[in-house]
Amino acid sequence: MEFLMRPTPINKKFITPGVIILIILAVNALVFLAIRFIFGLGAMTNLNDQHPWGIWIAIDVASGVALAAGGFTSAAIGHIMFKERYNVILRPALLTAMLGYTFVAIGVFIDLGRYYYIWHPLFMWNGTSPLFEVGLCVMIYATVLYIEFIPIIAERFIGRIKLKGILLKPIDSFLRMLNRGVGKTMFIFIIAGVVLSTLHQSSLGTLMVIAGPKMHPLWQTPILPLLFLISAIAVGFPMIIFESLIASRSLGLNSEMSVLSRLGKMVAPLLGIYLSVKLVDMVIRGTYMYLSEINTQSVMFVIEIVLGIIIPLRMLFSEKVLNSKLWLFVAASLVVAGVLINRINCFLIAYSAPYALDTYFPSIGEISVTIGFIAILVLLYRAFVMFFPIISLPDKKLLPRTKYSIMGGEK
Amino acid sequence: MATQNRRDFFKTAALIGASAATLPAASTKAKEKFKLSEDRMGALVDTTVCIGCRNCEWACKVAHNLATEPLDTYNDRSVFVRKRRPDESALTVVNEYDNLKNPMLPTDVKVQCMHCDDPACVSACIVGAFKKHDNGTVTWDNSKCIGCRYCMVACPFQIPAFEYSKAIEPKIMKCDFCFDRTKEGKLPACVEICPVEAITYGKRKDLIEIACDRIKRHPDKYINHILGEFEVGGTSWLYLAGQDFTRLDFPVLGKVPAPGVTESIQHGIFAYFIPPIALYALLGGVMWLNKDRGKKREEH
Repeated sequence: MEFLMRPTPINKKFITPGVIILIILAVNALVFLAIRFIFGLGAMTNLNDQHPWGIWIAIDVASGVALAAGGFTSAAIGHIMFKERYNVILRPALLTAMLGYTFVAIGVFIDLGRYYYIWHPLFMWNGTSPLFEVGLCVMIYATVLYIEFIPIIAERFIGRIKLKGILLKPIDSFLRMLNRGVGKTMFIFIIAGVVLSTLHQSSLGTLMVIAGPKMHPLWQTPILPLLFLISAIAVGFPMIIFESLIASRSLGLNSEMSVLSRLGKMVAPLLGIYLSVKLVDMVIRGTYMYLSEINTQSVMFVIEIVLGIIIPLRMLFSEKVLNSKLWLFVAASLVVAGVLINRINCFLIAYSAPYALDTYFPSIGEISVTIGFIAILVLLYRAFVMFFPIISLPDKKLLPRTKYSIMGGEK
Repeated sequence: MATQNRRDFFKTAALIGASAATLPAASTKAKEKFKLSEDRMGALVDTTVCIGCRNCEWACKVAHNLATEPLDTYNDRSVFVRKRRPDESALTVVNEYDNLKNPMLPTDVKVQCMHCDDPACVSACIVGAFKKHDNGTVTWDNSKCIGCRYCMVACPFQIPAFEYSKAIEPKIMKCDFCFDRTKEGKLPACVEICPVEAITYGKRKDLIEIACDRIKRHPDKYINHILGEFEVGGTSWLYLAGQDFTRLDFPVLGKVPAPGVTESIQHGIFAYFIPPIALYALLGGVMWLNKDRGKKREEH
């Protein structure tokens, strides 16, 4: 018989050789960031008037948003469709989304020429701008994610605060009040989170439509927002599988293969829809003719389609792959890489200014910052799962009747 | 959530619906399209007249308080060896091209912001820092800009430049059609200084008539194309040339305004906030039904 699962802080040593490498990468990023803030964007990036956007927008922001999609797809299946067997992945997915969106915001912040005006869109509206819509949605959604996280913090601290004296009582009762309030209204935030996600995931695709002929026809299509939305939904579960398998290996836990295979099973149809929409669009617009010429764009397009969609699609139809930890990991990684390549393609490879003198390649500084941010993200993830009840472990003490309730329920 | 009862759910959901319903009223006002003035101004550049003296480059820098060498250094024609673009230090530049009809008389082309009638930058800017004015000018607002550089991604003519070397208050630099000068009734600096009157300043509709007239009178001298009459929905700056515009490095652009597709997508997704609210309601309904089912399963 299976034991009931219960989110538990993982009791492990934080510092390992791997963690030390991540810390070095993080510090390296901070050094380059110091240069950026003291001497300006031109000092450490390869951005110029021909290439206004680089990997900070393509990877940190655009891919970051897509890869944090596990937050809303898991919320949709776990909370809205009420499939309880997926409860074990809800908190890890929420944590990834929360950290992911925080770093999307930081990515935008460092890329803005006038980062100290990042609050301007809150008050200065431009309804015709997809970027405005993305910005506002991301801000609200990040807030929603923080609210969704409150019950986890409350669960960790209620009745366990080690403060002495008069402070203890007010903090404890404040936490209880907050938890009760959030618990009662949580459904509002969960639905809002899903709606906001569908909106800005698609609008992120609208962003590049205005570039018109500056964007290569292989990617430039009015249905770009639809493609972005479908691919974000499709990459949500693979991202959860990807990080769940890495986390369980790194923390020495048993992986939740039964749940992960079920998730993996749902990915193939989504990828199939994504691929067919993409191909039908290609046939309608007749852009397949651009594949006959060999250049960076056509090669990257083929890599994106074959490696990122067709191969994992075939793999995920096989029971053998779905039930094997290694192969499931490979398939999930391919989907994740495919969406990452797609976003890089859309924002960088496809974009060419009419008077470009050179092609853009990120500087060492830009690459260092992007890698450093990923390192910090992993470190924070590790710290969070060790401190807060996020990853579910089998609990032998739990009686079958007392089902673990999600999101700050009081049962 | 487990303790949440159905009545609570309804109450809160109704409250959200009500508050969301008040949003569309506010948003429709913002969507009212900017109406172009019939009398908006423009400039007609006749590239067959331009002699490449580059005095306009100098006058532009002086008018915009940009650092510049003295005027007589602008006689140096060696800069024409390579093609230049407007950047943060020069809002307009002149490039020189071979003339196939008459090799002795090269074609000189002044480049600056085209001041589109339906500008991509105005549509794209996240904070609405760009504005199309009644007199045709497209300006950039220093006090709003956050430096996201989306205008540069959007602009079909690759015009906005960014001060990458500045850590604080970097600006978007582009031609402002001498907005401050024309307000006072003065001519734009480049128009005023041009010694051969290669640039004509006037009402856009008049300029198109003038251009058509010149083409009609000298069909051998001009190609039958006024660049900017229809490109990306029309621009305030118009060009006449003796050879094909693609040979003069103008981008090939359709007649559809650059923001057209984007705005129809945006308005489709956000048509009076109905799609997002409908999705919210749908998901709420699904959630409510499933919750009910979940409970029943537990009771049995």
